[in-house]
Amino acid sequence: MASITLERVVKRYAPGAPPAVDGVSLSVRDGELVALVGPSGCGKSTLLRMIAGLEEITEGELRLDAERANEQGPRERGLAMVFQSYALYPHLTVFENVAFPLRLARRREEEIRRKVGEVVALLGLEELLDRKPGQLSGGQRQRVAIGRAIVREARAYLFDEPLSNLDARLRGQTRTELARLQRRLGVTTVYVTHDQLEAMTLGERVAVLRRGRLQQVAPPRDLYARPVNLFVAGFIGSPPMNFVPAIVDGECLSLPFTRVPLPSELLRRLPPGPLIAGIRPEHLADAALVTREERGRGTTFEARVDLIEWLGDAQLAYAPYDAPRELAETIRSLARELDGEAPRTQLVVSLDARSGIRGGATARLWLDPRRVHVFDPRTGESLTAASSAAS
Amino acid sequence: MRRGGRGAGWTVGAVLAVGWALLPVAWILSLSLKAGDDVQNRRFLPTAWTLESYRVVFRSALFTSALRNSIGVSLIATTISVALATLAAYAIVRLEFRGKRLVLGMALSVAMFPVISIVGPLFDVWRSVGLYDTWPGLVIPFLSFTLPLSIWVLAAFLRQLPWELEEAALMDGATRWQAFRRVVVPLAAPGVFTAAILTFLFAWNDFVFGISLTSTDRARTVPAALAFFTGASEFQHPAAAIAAAAVVATVPVVLLVLLFQRRIVAGLTSGAVKG
Ligand SMILES: Nc1ncnc2c1ncn2[C@@H]1O[C@H](COP(=O)(O)OP(=O)(O)OP(=O)(O)O)[C@@H](O)[C@H]1O
Ligand SMILES: [Mg+2]
Repeated sequence: MASITLERVVKRYAPGAPPAVDGVSLSVRDGELVALVGPSGCGKSTLLRMIAGLEEITEGELRLDAERANEQGPRERGLAMVFQSYALYPHLTVFENVAFPLRLARRREEEIRRKVGEVVALLGLEELLDRKPGQLSGGQRQRVAIGRAIVREARAYLFDEPLSNLDARLRGQTRTELARLQRRLGVTTVYVTHDQLEAMTLGERVAVLRRGRLQQVAPPRDLYARPVNLFVAGFIGSPPMNFVPAIVDGECLSLPFTRVPLPSELLRRLPPGPLIAGIRPEHLADAALVTREERGRGTTFEARVDLIEWLGDAQLAYAPYDAPRELAETIRSLARELDGEAPRTQLVVSLDARSGIRGGATARLWLDPRRVHVFDPRTGESLTAASSAAS
Repeated sequence: MRRGGRGAGWTVGAVLAVGWALLPVAWILSLSLKAGDDVQNRRFLPTAWTLESYRVVFRSALFTSALRNSIGVSLIATTISVALATLAAYAIVRLEFRGKRLVLGMALSVAMFPVISIVGPLFDVWRSVGLYDTWPGLVIPFLSFTLPLSIWVLAAFLRQLPWELEEAALMDGATRWQAFRRVVVPLAAPGVFTAAILTFLFAWNDFVFGISLTSTDRARTVPAALAFFTGASEFQHPAAAIAAAAVVATVPVVLLVLLFQRRIVAGLTSGAVKG
């Protein structure tokens, strides 16, 4: 096992081209699983391939344990990788695919049989040993690819979106299997995904990447509770955080549908002029279902709900509102970058399944002011992350 | 109904095409089985069947040594050509270097060069450097004409192989050479066979180089030797013997294609990557 340290790593595919990875510093501790997450094209694969030794590092340093590894080839680095496309050897059987790294290492035949046997049993591939990759389903191929990576003792494991081609059900199932496997083997792992849910459930820490730049590296709970900027706030969490225009007004933060009292300590730090407030759908509630004590701590307001989506264990209520043009544009471009839907000048509320709120009527909603995030619309920086306000 | 009609149409068409292509072959086969005076009787089938012509052919030193030369020269040319072409095609597909397009373009133009135009100068050069009437004297021109085509065939083939397979091998602890030999070469096998067959056919069927650059049994190949054929006796017409020799010369080619067509067609890469 090894630790992986990246220091101000830059990747340019062509001299003078904009960097695909731009000054990333990240360290993965021995035995830790770090999930690397970000939208398509943000440089996740590039970063992983630089760690693997398949792509040259333009600037900066990569260290495995304490040793500089920039100049080492993939073989010297001794890392194992699961490719986004699986990259199974089509001319070899499942057994030979898994045995391939051991054969290259010239292990003895009986050792190869034993090790492959163990891995195959772990991944439930016993029945498939004589098949060729062409005769396997997507999920089976993916397990073979994982088997091939873990069959030898690599110093660390690199996964590039291994679950992206599985259907939703299989993905969930394999995700838990992977988490279990990693905890059991206790191996250093970098796990790339564009799915924030996968990153949050698997990662001990999650690194969020945007346009080649690292935005925030934190344990999932911190990332959820204290996103450092609009991008991270919008990327983490499902359904995504509501962004609404806000402005400081006396002791309160004025939102399009209500006024929220804020701690004076926070208010003093907020600049004058337009702001963006972030409220997670799950931090809003049907006022009728909130205890009296809680209602006292929060703010109750009315909003017109035009649509309800019933999800079984919860319901989503949509309440459109009007926003000033300049903020609406910021919010909209962020939504585009996050592959979000059309202009989001609507409030999404995650309601309890028992809630009696109906579409096409005015609803009484409740909001916990301590869970309101405030962002600077020009820089996108969070003005609340540093304080304990939103926890 | 319509489908049946179309199927019948296809069958008739196929039979016509195959018959058209095989008629000369059948004619030569029948000719080779005719006894002495039948040869000029203008009948398709021999009146008396005999293997005499084959016996004559295999007893003649002219033919047996030519057969040996043809097999030797063709196999050597094929082996070298395919080995070099595989490495060259790999370099062209995988490596970025200046003048890559130029190399490919030049390779193609060499292949387009009319054979007949270089035979004269080559004759002079070979005589002065001592390559005239030797195996290498034939292997070298065969190589220069078949390499470009082999490189093109193999480059087109290698281009379809996903890069990631090799990268996977590197991650599994392979050296570049191991990745090439254990992953690329087996997957490129159908392309390699295609190139090998094309090269072999060129070398085996060549007449121009064979007739101009050889003078004796040392290196003369079958197509060239056929031109020097005489019958069992000097007074007999050699047509039947030539036909027999031609049949013998055709057999390896047919066998080769039949043997390897499965490998050529096989879509080996399916299942390598998802999708
Ligand atoms: N070989 C290459 N040559 C030039 N540019 C490249 C190359 N590979 C990637 N890029 C560019 O670098 C950027 C990052 O690509 P990368 O593949 O790392 O994204 P990603 O985060 O893995 O995306 P995805 O989630 O779609 O896999 C993209 O803008 C891409 O166009
Ligand atoms: Mg990628």
